[in-house]
Amino acid sequence: MPKDELKAGFRLVGTRPNRPDGLDKVTGRARYGADIVAANMLHAAVVRSPYAHARIKKIDASRALALEGVKAVVTRADFPTGLTGEDWNLQENTIAGDTALYDGHAVAAVAATSALVAQDAARLIEVEYEVLPHVTDVDAAMAPDAPVIRAGNADHSVPEGMHPNVVRYIDFGHGDIEAGFAAADLVREGTYKTEATHQGYIEPHACLGQLGADGRGEMWVCTQGHWYIRRMCAAVLGIEAANLRVTPSEIGGGFGGKTTIFMEPLALALSRKAGGRPVKLVMSRAEVLRATGPTASASMDVKIGMKKDGTITAGQVNFRMQGGAFFGMSPIAEALPCAFACYDIPNLMHEGYEVLANRPKAAAYRAPGSPMAAFAVESLLDEMCRELSLDPLQVRLKNAAKEGTKSSYGPTYNRIGLVETLEATMAHPNLSAPLGPNQGRGVAAGFWFNHGGETSVSLQIGEDGTVGVSVGTPDIGGSRASIALMVAETLGIEYEAVRVNVVETGSLGVNEPTHGSRATFASGKAAVEAAESAIKQMCARAAAEWGIDPEAVEWVDGAARPAGENAGKFPPLTIGEIGAKMGGTGGPISGHHESVPGGVGASFGVHVVDVEVDPETGKSTVLRYLVVQDAGRAIHPAYVEGQYQGGAAQGIGWALNEEYIYGADGRLQNPMFLDYRIPVASDLPMIDTVIVEVPNPGHPYGVRGVGETGIAPPLAAVANAVAAASGARLRTLPLSPPKVLAAIKAGQ
Amino acid sequence: MSRIHITTTVNGEAAEFLTDPRETLLDVLRNQLGLTGSKEGCGTGDCGACSVLLDGVLVSSCLVLGVEVQGKTVETIEGMATDGALHPLQRHFIEHAALQCGFCTPGILVAAKALLAQNDNPTETEIRYWLAGNLCRCTGYDKIVRAVQDAAAEMRGAA
Repeated sequence: MPKDELKAGFRLVGTRPNRPDGLDKVTGRARYGADIVAANMLHAAVVRSPYAHARIKKIDASRALALEGVKAVVTRADFPTGLTGEDWNLQENTIAGDTALYDGHAVAAVAATSALVAQDAARLIEVEYEVLPHVTDVDAAMAPDAPVIRAGNADHSVPEGMHPNVVRYIDFGHGDIEAGFAAADLVREGTYKTEATHQGYIEPHACLGQLGADGRGEMWVCTQGHWYIRRMCAAVLGIEAANLRVTPSEIGGGFGGKTTIFMEPLALALSRKAGGRPVKLVMSRAEVLRATGPTASASMDVKIGMKKDGTITAGQVNFRMQGGAFFGMSPIAEALPCAFACYDIPNLMHEGYEVLANRPKAAAYRAPGSPMAAFAVESLLDEMCRELSLDPLQVRLKNAAKEGTKSSYGPTYNRIGLVETLEATMAHPNLSAPLGPNQGRGVAAGFWFNHGGETSVSLQIGEDGTVGVSVGTPDIGGSRASIALMVAETLGIEYEAVRVNVVETGSLGVNEPTHGSRATFASGKAAVEAAESAIKQMCARAAAEWGIDPEAVEWVDGAARPAGENAGKFPPLTIGEIGAKMGGTGGPISGHHESVPGGVGASFGVHVVDVEVDPETGKSTVLRYLVVQDAGRAIHPAYVEGQYQGGAAQGIGWALNEEYIYGADGRLQNPMFLDYRIPVASDLPMIDTVIVEVPNPGHPYGVRGVGETGIAPPLAAVANAVAAASGARLRTLPLSPPKVLAAIKAGQ
Repeated sequence: MSRIHITTTVNGEAAEFLTDPRETLLDVLRNQLGLTGSKEGCGTGDCGACSVLLDGVLVSSCLVLGVEVQGKTVETIEGMATDGALHPLQRHFIEHAALQCGFCTPGILVAAKALLAQNDNPTETEIRYWLAGNLCRCTGYDKIVRAVQDAAAEMRGAA
């Protein structure tokens, strides 16, 4: 596709203007979840279970309620009963019923006149527990003697005879797996494990909620999706969705972890019980790590068949994932399709099990399931390439999925850019950088879908020709800039003349969150449609003024112009001129679009990392890092690069340092940033990026979802580099220095 | 608990407040003085989002008690732009897209300013180690380091 020609036609798309919210964010003015106050506001604190699994025998709040300044205490008894399915999950996770299911599970909450009083009061709430046996490891939770976390949760898919903790089974594939392995020259298999990690957004969850006795309320909250907050809070509290108006704050990172509720209904329930006074609830970091977010832990078997020339003849995976004590929370259904999505393989078999464990309810984390799957598959591929003395990038290119390939998970790919991404990788100078002693290079590929999702956008023409755009997807990494660029490009006006606002739930139809790499794709596509609709109306106003047919008017460079046989008969009417008199020509002009946009564009990425492993300590240092990924088209390249770099950094953390560490008592041992160690500036080199642009035919500007793919390849890329540098092949993450050192010694 | 009267200087202006001795400087800045630019990401001194200068020294304001600032000077992100003009660091952070969610940005800007005050030409490694106490989960630090380098170069040129 002549992508350069297409790109050359754009005036604004592909440029790097300053983001509209930049000034607020460098001056401290931007308002995040914890940054606002309300008159007569109360502060809340939450009592959490210190046990991984315990029956709640009694909760006595009398001493807390006697404390001066305490206005309300809520327990599960303050919530409606009879919820089912995911609504029950949400309610049960918000506040425990008769059993605490993980260390950190909320048991009660209190509201008081100050944060200090609320914290004092929380300590005075007495909870009597009967400790139950617990299990936190995914394989142990499937074992015959594992304690049952909640019987009767398994759905019909689970084969008979499995432990009640196994709640979901998925299998799919194509071709003849046995024939595929028989056709291979080399068949290898391995078992790979990844620990749970946390999204690690720096902003803890925070909200300010108010709910009156009439069932009407408001909430200010840091979230990736305020319509989800509205629906989930309404379900958990038994109120009507339209009566809860939810306004999103600026959001201090989410990565999937802020697409659901955790403690928001507690603020509302406390407010209702405290006579409708607003209640502010802000989590501590320890609460964030113990009770929100994390992704699943995984145990994965992979088997691959390969010919001597690198052709992959068959692939088989069996994944086991726990997503906490709640059905449906593991990303097993996403991990399996991602396992072999990069490749065109004739014979495939996927099996997966979801398992309950005494851990917090998992939430989405950037490309949920894909990093684990890629760690397993891309590690084994690397081992096989080494065994057959094949170039790992050439093997990936040889087997790469392309347009027309039947994907590993069913659908046939539309236009995709994996081949172009691999070719750009091979051409990059990092591939020829010399390596010294104890240094090694690792490569891996990765994939993520793109999501359409419910989307509603509206656009208003101002009296001076400037344009307001209302979107419902919170801006988590520059989407307001990207959407403004696309709208300005479409309308033929300046970027600065467009202001994009993320608006509250009362202002638009339902919007799904900023998830699935969809904000720039879906809200962008809808905003372009809304702009086209406004253009049509502006052309009609001009036609009426000129007394010609609306079809005889065209929109060029921000103005209506007579076209065809009328060309040149009237001077152009600019957007500013049309806006200035719209009150007398038919009233306000706005464009609107709502849909579940189709035409999503999957994004593939390839990472190359150079690592040095200290043979005396086992510590791995990342020397060089390259991300090459297909963006379809980069609307604002700087923020596309930012997504690539951020995804890589999170993946490096997952590979080298980050893990949930549970003690024998089932309690989380590292619920603080000192011990849950995300990468810091001195851990990383510059992260080189190449934006490949194979436009997505399903988007007016060719956009693919770029936010998530970047976290899929690093786990395997780093492990492959460590193996190359040290000879130590580790199949369990993270590659912490003691583990690497032990593997080096074992290999000597 | 009885509250203590404190007088101090914040961003060049006289300030006073009553504080419970358990409240941190960060609590006081955010909840009493309305300066919410400093953020709480951890409350344990691990993330740097609450970085401020206390008598010119870079500190995590979540690890300083409000009562400790009696008679001292505090500089926060809100005082970084002077007379309506952005500090070169602030400008370069915007131009480099060195922020995504922006939550860690105030703390990183305050920390970077403290670095440049004592080293006007830091190497990439010096910048990375100086900012190692400021967590950013969005950017991978690449654009942050480049923004600090460019701001430093501009400030050297202007000096």
